[in-house]
Amino acid sequence: MTAFFQSLGMNYEWAWFIATVCGILLIALPLMLAVAMIIYVDRKVWAAINLRRGPNVVGPLGLLQSFADGLKVFLQETIIPSAANKGIFILAPIVTFTVALGAWAVIPFDAGVVLADINVGLLYILAISSLSVYGVVMAGWASNSKYPFFSAMRASAQMISYEVSIGFILVCVVLYAGSFNLTEIVMSQKGHGLGIVNGYVFNILLFPMWVMFFISSLAETQRVPFDLTEAESELVAGYQTEYSSMSFALFWLGEYANILLMCSLNTILFFGGWLPPIDWAPLYYVPGIIWFLLKTFFFFFMFSWVMATVPRYRYDQLMRLGWKIFLPISLLFVVLISGWLMFTRYA
Amino acid sequence: MSVAHLVKSFTLWEFVKAHALTLKYFFKPKVTINYPFEKNPLSPRFRGEHALRRYPNGEERCIACKLCEAVCPAQAITIEAEPRDDGSRRTTRYDIDMTKCIFCGFCQEACPVDAIVEGPNFEYATETREELLYDKAKLLANGDKWERAIAANLEADAPYR
Repeated sequence: MTAFFQSLGMNYEWAWFIATVCGILLIALPLMLAVAMIIYVDRKVWAAINLRRGPNVVGPLGLLQSFADGLKVFLQETIIPSAANKGIFILAPIVTFTVALGAWAVIPFDAGVVLADINVGLLYILAISSLSVYGVVMAGWASNSKYPFFSAMRASAQMISYEVSIGFILVCVVLYAGSFNLTEIVMSQKGHGLGIVNGYVFNILLFPMWVMFFISSLAETQRVPFDLTEAESELVAGYQTEYSSMSFALFWLGEYANILLMCSLNTILFFGGWLPPIDWAPLYYVPGIIWFLLKTFFFFFMFSWVMATVPRYRYDQLMRLGWKIFLPISLLFVVLISGWLMFTRYA
Repeated sequence: MSVAHLVKSFTLWEFVKAHALTLKYFFKPKVTINYPFEKNPLSPRFRGEHALRRYPNGEERCIACKLCEAVCPAQAITIEAEPRDDGSRRTTRYDIDMTKCIFCGFCQEACPVDAIVEGPNFEYATETREELLYDKAKLLANGDKWERAIAANLEADAPYR
């Protein structure tokens, strides 16, 4: 895109700047639209499993429900509790939202369709997703209220625990791909399973890693069954309790943008990103972005499906799963996979 | 921990089974009533919004005996009465505070002339609280509006009384 703006007579710096801004808008705006639709899908799937109808009044089939909710939230007053730390209180949702959008910079939607094709894309995502806990902690601390504070404590412990095992799972993928670059990780999955199936998930050593990654991504995005930070029965609404109007909506959007990010990471790391599921020439006529979106949507469906199925974990169970089951197993698989690759690929 | 238990927990067997079950429910027909467009059948004894009825000749039934006011456990009914020009005893004021009413139906049970009844209407939400303080005119208007449904319900329920 930089070349296009250069052809309009700009110098390189300006062309690069405008091209980047356009790229950001091209990702962020459809992402916001996707978040609005995905909230609708979430509610519909949840309702369908409970034998309910879900939103069906606003617009055809209720498709505009999220926009109506957004408009309602937008028109409300932002209430700031008098005892809250005002600056941090306002900053917290902005941090959550910004960080949730920031990680999308390195996500490849198709071959070469990526805002920042950096060599350490996976490390960048790991770093950014670690940052996302700060929004929650700041919100909990600045609200100066009991339940948000408890929620923030839970969130920080939970996200740190699961990031450790996510780190080891990513190491397994990186060992196989031989790169931290997300585009190269996707390309290395081409024909991975028996030379016909695209995706690391069909590897017997990496399949358990995918299962653990999926469960960890539920924990990382604080979805059911790991939504202890917003456990309604205990903590009212967790760290969002004191928030209203747009500050609440920013948390909401950030949360769902994070969920979508985790879905797309599942797709990229284990299900071959924009590659068609089977390495068969006619399937490559379908644009890569369609495959990418289909797979991401499938994972989002799984997120909703899990939400409607399982009850919430207790906090000690959550910690036990993270530290006593996921951590040892992922460590074991790092050793197994590096050993296996040592003997087969690098011997 | 037995081997079977280990295999079960490491293959997430219980979770797989649970998700298969919920997926089955995902495709089942939905049971929710599509409310504003589709409504549940109501019993003839349904106790909804109040109405004051009239005789077929247009004369109001209420004779201001104040039994309903006396029996009302929530003290939601206020009645004032005096003889009318033709000498018959009628109410000059008949108020029901719908925000106090508990919809027990004692007023319609107490009424000797089937004047005050609780009709089948339950969709009378208002935007202000004051609109729920019903006066005689509002109750009589309700009676005129719902008379056919109320009369049918009373007839359907009569054999059981």
